[in-house]
Amino acid sequence: MQLILSNDYYLGNMQRKNLVKALTLLLLVFAFSAKAQHETTVEEHGDKDIKTTIKEYIQHHLQDSYDFSLTSYTNDNGEHVYIGAPLPVVLIDGGLQVFSSSKFHHGETVAEVGENYYKVYHGKIYKTDAAGTINLDDHHHPTNAKPLDFSITKNVAVIFLVGLLMFFLFRGLANSYAKNNGIATGSGRFFEPIILYIRDDIAIPNIGEEKYKKYMPYLLTVFFFIWIINMLGLTPIGVNVTNSISVTVALALITFLITNFTGTKDYWLHIFDPLGSSMPWIAKIPLYIILIPIEVLGIFIKPFSLLIRLYANIKAGHIVLMSLIGLMFIFKSWLGSPLSFGLAFAISLIELLVALLQAYIFTMLSALYFGFASETHEHAEEHKGEIEHL
Amino acid sequence: MEIPVMVGAGLVVIGVGIGIGKIGGSAMDAIARQPEAYGKIQTAMLIAAALIEGIGFAALFAV
Amino acid sequence: MEKLLGEFSIGLFFWQTVLFLALLFLLRKFAWKPILNAVNEREEGIKNALDEAENARKEMQNLNADNERILKEARAQRDELLKEAREMKENIISEAKGEAQIQANKVVEQAQATIQAEKQAAITDLKNQVAELSVGIAEKVVRGELSDKNKQIKLVEEMLKEVTIS
Repeated sequence: MQLILSNDYYLGNMQRKNLVKALTLLLLVFAFSAKAQHETTVEEHGDKDIKTTIKEYIQHHLQDSYDFSLTSYTNDNGEHVYIGAPLPVVLIDGGLQVFSSSKFHHGETVAEVGENYYKVYHGKIYKTDAAGTINLDDHHHPTNAKPLDFSITKNVAVIFLVGLLMFFLFRGLANSYAKNNGIATGSGRFFEPIILYIRDDIAIPNIGEEKYKKYMPYLLTVFFFIWIINMLGLTPIGVNVTNSISVTVALALITFLITNFTGTKDYWLHIFDPLGSSMPWIAKIPLYIILIPIEVLGIFIKPFSLLIRLYANIKAGHIVLMSLIGLMFIFKSWLGSPLSFGLAFAISLIELLVALLQAYIFTMLSALYFGFASETHEHAEEHKGEIEHL
Repeated sequence: MEIPVMVGAGLVVIGVGIGIGKIGGSAMDAIARQPEAYGKIQTAMLIAAALIEGIGFAALFAV
Repeated sequence: MEKLLGEFSIGLFFWQTVLFLALLFLLRKFAWKPILNAVNEREEGIKNALDEAENARKEMQNLNADNERILKEARAQRDELLKEAREMKENIISEAKGEAQIQANKVVEQAQATIQAEKQAAITDLKNQVAELSVGIAEKVVRGELSDKNKQIKLVEEMLKEVTIS
């Protein structure tokens, strides 16, 4: 930002205006969440200005979609041509409805299945009449019925593919250990230090030597899952799994369930009797009126912050990156384009780091919560001693 | 009344940024002073930063 | 928050949960357990090997120490043996010397005794012979002397003179 401002002096009046516009756009893009719902729903191709196109493109990119399209272009006849494959749509709407997403023609047409009509509107499937009318209320929210949607969307397909990839990758790694007398070969040379890092620097210090073993599979799976899927999100394939809240909710929910189902007596005691025997019960009551709700809230805030952190980091990264790339099309000048390219490149590098960092933090905090849950009293005493010692 | 809410969120983010920055800085100081306690300091730093970050997210998504 | 809820998709959530749990269980069974076990085994193997090496080193040290000790002992023993032998030799020599001395003394004593005895015998013999000879001579002298009566009387007188009655 400073770079842009310092260069501002040398720019002509016209370009300066463009810059101001660009910065405004950047801010708008950041704030698109609130704005987006107030946009008109009319989607007329052709006479949209470039900013709106970029904004819509970013929004579209961040959304899940019902087909696996890698790219699209407009051909000479003015038709949109998509390169990719349709995916199955699974709806529960008075019985199971399974049909190919090609029926939607990338959201452009109404799909007719049996006697029902469905239309994709802002990335969601609504039940409509034959003409595909979407009725909007005062807040521009559709009032049409929404069938329960269990479609194999692009994200689901990617999750499945990543799962397969991970399975074969680590199965192969396990086999290579068996074959070579416990020595990793090939890709194992790369993955083994990471596995050992998760064990020695995440699991053992946070959970403890005796209990870490049962949490290891989850920590390893979640780490590699988030990392691989984050990295895939940075490729031009254009998959964005961890920036959909549903995915992070699912991940955090599993952490939440594991934490609370493996919670020891001391863990629950810590929540419902945090002061212990440090003061008489009569004195504890007024404190507990405040303390216990906070502790109970904490149980839910922990996984909530996990899911929001992952979601927001990845989403924000994508928005910033795509906005910077979008600036290129707005500047169209010899100075602006390289600048936005350079910035986008720098942000890409940061995003590579963020992809790993978020996986690490998710794993690390999960391990920490498991450590809280599985701690026994002696363990706590031990820690207390350590702190006093320090 | 959209803009004031966003400004509020922005202020919260500034606060969160300062907070996390201070945590990071103090952690660096602590590590410089006691390099052998690196692991413990890092864990404590991450927890504190994560908690503050949570407030930031809450503000952002409350908009 | 409203937007977050609006973004939430039950379908994606469902599939993510199902696929992730399936992945978790499959990986746990087929990948993580074998990998972690292999790594653990290897680490334990390395640890054991190191321990063994350490033990071997200690044993070696002990052996070396033992060797040293044995060698020292052997050396000491040898020295002692040598010393003993030397002592024995000296003893034998001195004993032999003593014995020889004693023997020699004995021989000398015996010789002296024999000589003494011989001497005694010779003296006795000589005495006897001298006595016999003296008696013979005396006989002859007496016979010659006493052949003349005067001379006998004179002798008796002389004898009587000598023996004065006090």
